[in-house]
Amino acid sequence: MSKEIITNNAPLLEVKDLKQYFPIKTGLFQKTPLKAVDGVSFSINPGETLGLVGESGCGKTTVGRSILRLYNPTGGEVFFKGEKVDAKSIGHMRKEMQMVFQDPYSSLNPRMTVEDIIGEPLDVHKLYQNKKERREKILDLMELVGLNAEHATRYAHEFSGGQRQRIGIARALATNPKFIVCDEAVSALDVSIQAQVVNMFEELQEKLGVAYLFIAHDLLVVHHISDRIAVMYLGRVVEIADADELNNNPVHPYTQSLLSAVPYPDPIKAKQRQRIVLEGDVPSPLHMPEGCAFRTRCRYATERCAKECPSLTDRGNGHQVACWNK
Amino acid sequence: MDNMNKDINSMPKKSLFSMQIDLKKFEKATDEEKKQQDVMSESVSFFKDGMRKLSRNPLAMGSLVVLILIIAAIFIVPHVVPYSYSQIITVNGKRDKSAANMAPFEYSDLEQEYMAEGGKVFPHIMGTDEMGRDYFVRVVYGTRVSLSVGFFAAMIVLIIGVLYGSISGYFGGKVDLVMMRIVDIIYSLPDMLMVVLLSVVLREILNVDSIPMLQKIGTNMISLFIVFGLLYWTGMARLVRGQILTIKQNEYVLAAKVSGAKSGRIIRKHILPNCVSVIIISAALQIPSAIFTESFLSFIGMGVQAPMPSLGSLANAARAGISVYPYKLVFPAVMICLITLAFNLLGDGLRDAFDPKLRR
Ligand SMILES: Nc1ncnc2c1ncn2[C@@H]1O[C@H](COP(=O)(O)OP(=O)(O)OP(=O)(O)O)[C@@H](O)[C@H]1O
Ligand SMILES: [Mg+2]
Repeated sequence: MSKEIITNNAPLLEVKDLKQYFPIKTGLFQKTPLKAVDGVSFSINPGETLGLVGESGCGKTTVGRSILRLYNPTGGEVFFKGEKVDAKSIGHMRKEMQMVFQDPYSSLNPRMTVEDIIGEPLDVHKLYQNKKERREKILDLMELVGLNAEHATRYAHEFSGGQRQRIGIARALATNPKFIVCDEAVSALDVSIQAQVVNMFEELQEKLGVAYLFIAHDLLVVHHISDRIAVMYLGRVVEIADADELNNNPVHPYTQSLLSAVPYPDPIKAKQRQRIVLEGDVPSPLHMPEGCAFRTRCRYATERCAKECPSLTDRGNGHQVACWNK
Repeated sequence: MDNMNKDINSMPKKSLFSMQIDLKKFEKATDEEKKQQDVMSESVSFFKDGMRKLSRNPLAMGSLVVLILIIAAIFIVPHVVPYSYSQIITVNGKRDKSAANMAPFEYSDLEQEYMAEGGKVFPHIMGTDEMGRDYFVRVVYGTRVSLSVGFFAAMIVLIIGVLYGSISGYFGGKVDLVMMRIVDIIYSLPDMLMVVLLSVVLREILNVDSIPMLQKIGTNMISLFIVFGLLYWTGMARLVRGQILTIKQNEYVLAAKVSGAKSGRIIRKHILPNCVSVIIISAALQIPSAIFTESFLSFIGMGVQAPMPSLGSLANAARAGISVYPYKLVFPAVMICLITLAFNLLGDGLRDAFDPKLRR
């Protein structure tokens, strides 16, 4: 009984100072580490959705994959339900941590039927007694994500993008996970289908109580689905806050510029706000600027920014920002 | 609905040069047809789809028919024709000097006498060779030998190449680096020279006389297989490795890992099924190349052991009397061409039909 109370208060997933470097050949015998993720920390509570936004190449996918140990992290720790995730413990955690992939075309094996794709996690974890039970479970899952059960024996290449994404989601749900990384799960779909799939994610969360790490670069979608949002820039989290708080009161200059670029549905509001256009390009992750990575494009940059890298500090109500000047 | 019909009828007739669509040519969709629009197109597996494409390729289908005919012939002919490949033609136990080097459908003196007495003699469809053996049977046996060499060599290459390539590609990193440098070294050896050298060396080492089964095949043949096993798998290994490296990048492999699948399952269920078509195609293309190598070796006298014929050794024997009996070179040479051409065309057809890179 007492144990249950502890797990209820504790976060489901805790990421502490996660680092993921990729060695890149820069010469014949020379290798430079590409710091795709450089000291990321956050936590996710049971049944919560944390949105992760940032521009292309800032390391969002890499964060998701390192948490799930698809890569071997260079540094830092990940705790799931209080237990450290490492090469050994990941074996039994696979059942409870799942992933929905970015590309609905390459994430389904073209040589397998829908039934076998969704059934794979069931097969691996031996979650059924006999063939009949397996089939029933698969059909239930297909129904849950809104797929026609008659199509179970078809091949993945016969489906549309939206249907394929649903197959991917059904596969992720097969083992009844507590945590799902959704890597740009709706970015490849067109807008009307995006809405359907996002709503489905929300319904599933209500029904099954899963927690999401919802990766996207579309702030509108992320704001809609997330409880909290983390903003990433070049391998680091620069701001974390409640979704509404971040939307109404962005502190970090990068977040401000991101929000100013979001198309407003309300034309009057859209006229009022000012667009903050960032100058310059994103620096190459191979040659990161010293100190704060954003200083090369920042309006408020001072000498201090060039020397020291700011870390996340709490600005009240769990609103954390990594900036010296704001 | 009636209204609609009236509309169509009241419309002016389509003039010859106008772009207007002739509405009369349209029919209303029945309810059943409407329903069909909702249902997805017929489900096709990769295999069925590929077979359908293959059957539409006339060159590949023609080659397939030719190959089936040849294979049927090498099984049926030895049972129909009463001569054997090593048997010198005799009539009532007597040898006939005039039976050597006969033209197609010619009979020797003794045979003609025998036929005059009312006996029946099976015709020599391709004549006889310089020792008086039926040439047709020898060509058929030669084809059999060449084909089986090609087939077994391709099998050896397939097994070694796929195993080596998939290990190297799947594990990657340092393992891949070391394994591929070994391949590079073997690849850089001059293969014909190696074949000749190895078969000379192996003839000394191998002692096949003790095993009756192997004795019939001959040392040369066995050394040929060993050479294929040692040298020719490198191309296949490279191909498989490359395939696996690209397939490994696909997100469905990551998805299988997230699902908790182990390496063995991932290779079996995800990687091999996606490169199997490429493997089969290249194995099919390996067969003619092995036949060609075998023919070449037999031609220079390093292939099968006499009296066993092969297409290459038959061609070599025919060289001696080429000005007098040119047809003796034509038969085995045409046979080699036919087989290699058919396998190559079939392999190309298979590639067009099954290679995932060429789809859509
Ligand atoms: N396996 C890898 N090897 C080397 N570099 C990698 C690897 N995976 C990612 N990277 C690099 O790490 C950086 C972050 O990549 P990542 O895919 O995480 O970005 P992302 O934020 O998901 O971008 P996007 O929005 O385009 O999906 C990029 O510069 C990328 O080139
Ligand atoms: Mg990504």
